[in-house]
Amino acid sequence: MRKFIRPLACLAALLASCSKEARQFRAGPATGRAPAIAQSELFPGLTAPPASGPNPYEGNAHALAEGRRLYRWFNCNGCHFNGGGGIGPPLMDDQWIYGSEPANVFATIVQGRPNGMPSFHQRLNDQQVWQIVAYVRSLGKLPDAGKPPQRASEKSAARDVKSDPE
Amino acid sequence: MTAALLIGPAGSAAPEGEWHMAAKNHANTRYSALDQITIENAGRLQPAWTFSTGLVRGHEAAPLVVGGTMYVVTPYPNILYALDLARNGALKWKYEPKPTPSSQGVACCDVVNRGAAYFDGKIIYNTLDAHTVAVDAKSGREVWKTKVGDINRGESITMAPLVAKGKVLVGNSGGEFGVRGWVKALDAGSGSVAWTAYNTGPDRDVLIGPEFQPFYESDRGEDLGVKTWPPEAWRIGGGTVWGWISYDPELDLLYHGTGNPGPWNPEQRPGDNKWTAGVFARRPDTGAARWFYQWSPHDLYDYDGINENILVDLEWEGKPRKVILHPERNGYIYVLDRATGEVLAADPYAYITTTTKIDLSTGRPVHVEAKKPKLGEVVRDIAPAAPGAKDWQPAAYSPRTGLLYLPHQNLRMDQEVMEANYIAGTPFVGAEVRMYAGPGGHRGEFEAWDPIARREVWQIKEQFPVWSGTVVTAGDVAFYGTMDGWFKAVNARSGEILWEFKCGSGIIGQPITYLGPDQRQYVAVLSGVGGWAGAVVAGQLDPRDGTGALGFVNAMKDLPHHTARGGMLYVFRLP
Ligand code: HEC
Repeated sequence: MRKFIRPLACLAALLASCSKEARQFRAGPATGRAPAIAQSELFPGLTAPPASGPNPYEGNAHALAEGRRLYRWFNCNGCHFNGGGGIGPPLMDDQWIYGSEPANVFATIVQGRPNGMPSFHQRLNDQQVWQIVAYVRSLGKLPDAGKPPQRASEKSAARDVKSDPE
Repeated sequence: MTAALLIGPAGSAAPEGEWHMAAKNHANTRYSALDQITIENAGRLQPAWTFSTGLVRGHEAAPLVVGGTMYVVTPYPNILYALDLARNGALKWKYEPKPTPSSQGVACCDVVNRGAAYFDGKIIYNTLDAHTVAVDAKSGREVWKTKVGDINRGESITMAPLVAKGKVLVGNSGGEFGVRGWVKALDAGSGSVAWTAYNTGPDRDVLIGPEFQPFYESDRGEDLGVKTWPPEAWRIGGGTVWGWISYDPELDLLYHGTGNPGPWNPEQRPGDNKWTAGVFARRPDTGAARWFYQWSPHDLYDYDGINENILVDLEWEGKPRKVILHPERNGYIYVLDRATGEVLAADPYAYITTTTKIDLSTGRPVHVEAKKPKLGEVVRDIAPAAPGAKDWQPAAYSPRTGLLYLPHQNLRMDQEVMEANYIAGTPFVGAEVRMYAGPGGHRGEFEAWDPIARREVWQIKEQFPVWSGTVVTAGDVAFYGTMDGWFKAVNARSGEILWEFKCGSGIIGQPITYLGPDQRQYVAVLSGVGGWAGAVVAGQLDPRDGTGALGFVNAMKDLPHHTARGGMLYVFRLP
């Protein structure tokens, strides 16, 4: 029975890169970490929200291995098994209730979801969450499955992680 | 010929044509003395009316019939519907307890509910978020609601309560979440907790006192609920009470099983792990333990001991004996003396590779070394698989035929155990499982067992596990349902199928029979596939991952090709 309570880690790189745009919108309750993400494909006034960025660890094989380890250590597998689901829904199929983009999966893990997905806000730091995101997306063979995703050349993962919020 | 006597429900004079508790009576026989439907005419059964619950998860409950009203409890969100039997099941009212949606995350094996109990003008049942509620049977108004468990510790409730001597007996689920198992007695009038008995920990918590007289040596000693565990492990050791409770008013004893120890990985909990995977006899007034017997000391395979304890009086080796008939998850049917806890017989009723026999001198199973779990190693051909040869789905006993009617499964598994990390509110298992069909390739059986001759009398093989309950009647007809949606009437003497009807979704509910206001006999059952066995359909799981739903998906990959979700009550009668 180990305790993993840690102080809140610095804001997610994503929050940093989106914060300019995000300020144009009404701020939600401050979680201090999760970027604003769209849960809908309906955009009033035809204005799509800014695209959420990639996982800073996209394509990073070490992060993927860490994500796999953490996925088991934090008992994600007790509810989702090896992606086929059980108590929680499958993570390897192409149906996503709360979105499959890295930022969506990040938010799901940190915030929890109403029908029984625990909030891991107090148990995982941002780096760990991104590592798990990489692993979760690899279950369904989504882009960060260890091979370089398309946008990797434009944005270096390392730079994203280190950038400070403005 | 078997001389079997039945115990009537104590104090409650439930008319034979009604159904006041999930198991029909305190003895848990699920036998109805109604005899209008017979071997001769069952073939002419027809649907009379239906009712949609509007829900898509597994429907395991038994409907109740009290006066001219039928009561149906749904899976989460545990709606209680009152249906007017004089008007073809027209809706009278519904009661919504609104359990917190988060409770769905701590239900190991679908968000099922196994039914309610009627007592003294109230319908009493449990909600997934670990509350017990009492609802006025006439008006549908809530009379009391008591919080009995905590979802943040992984506790939920799925079992049907039993009311005995004015006390509502309820127990927790969460054996896969590292909960500490308990049974509580609530005052039926007020809902206040009269006593709590834990199934692990020091004797004072387990309510073990001077009256405790277990039959076997290994159950005697001080604080075994602490000493048979590594330090502190009993606090998260399981021993839940999510199955059936029975009551013998003459001996004034309650009987309840206890669930598997946690985690599944046995290497993390050396010792007998008292008082998990066994059966307690307790006093209803105080909860004081009278005796205990452990089906699976130091359980290795998730063999919860919570299956029904059916109370019958048998002519045993020439003498009348008050016994418990218990089809156990480990594959043996036990006959226990219910006054003392002595095992009179334990015979295999299914394919077993994990043990060779039950040693009647010690009461302990004799294990097969090669099938014991080892850290980091896949052990193959473990039978019965984790859900056992029979899981929660309750059997019935007919005093007319002297036979036990068993819905069950024919499954084995490959299992690898690994270290489990306890984080409250998340699963605590430490095992990866893949189940598959046992010998013969069929995954389910419905069989009749003679407890005196100690042998199977007949058997019907089914493609899928028979995950429904059953009922047997004085017309010598037994009813059960299949996971691909067939509801069947069977000749209780021969096993011949007399009639079958294809329901909308797979059947995992408990059939009941009753007399309608028109004095005609009806049979009712909920269709709506799910439960642990049907999770692949109910939870829309991905069949490519055989380890899904604790490995049950591996054995049920084809179920989505045979049935779809959807809860519907079906009521049948003769034309
Ligand atoms: C106690 C059980 C449980 C645990 C532990 C758990 N989950 Fe979940 N998870 C759920 C449930 C239930 C849902 C569905 C929630 C809903 O629909 O509101 C879910 C939903 C999700 C989703 C959203 C799926 C979609 O279709 O949008 C993701 C992603 C996810 N979980 C990942 C994880 C990860 C990663 C972990 C470990 C850090 C984890 N879960 C731990 C039960 C659990």
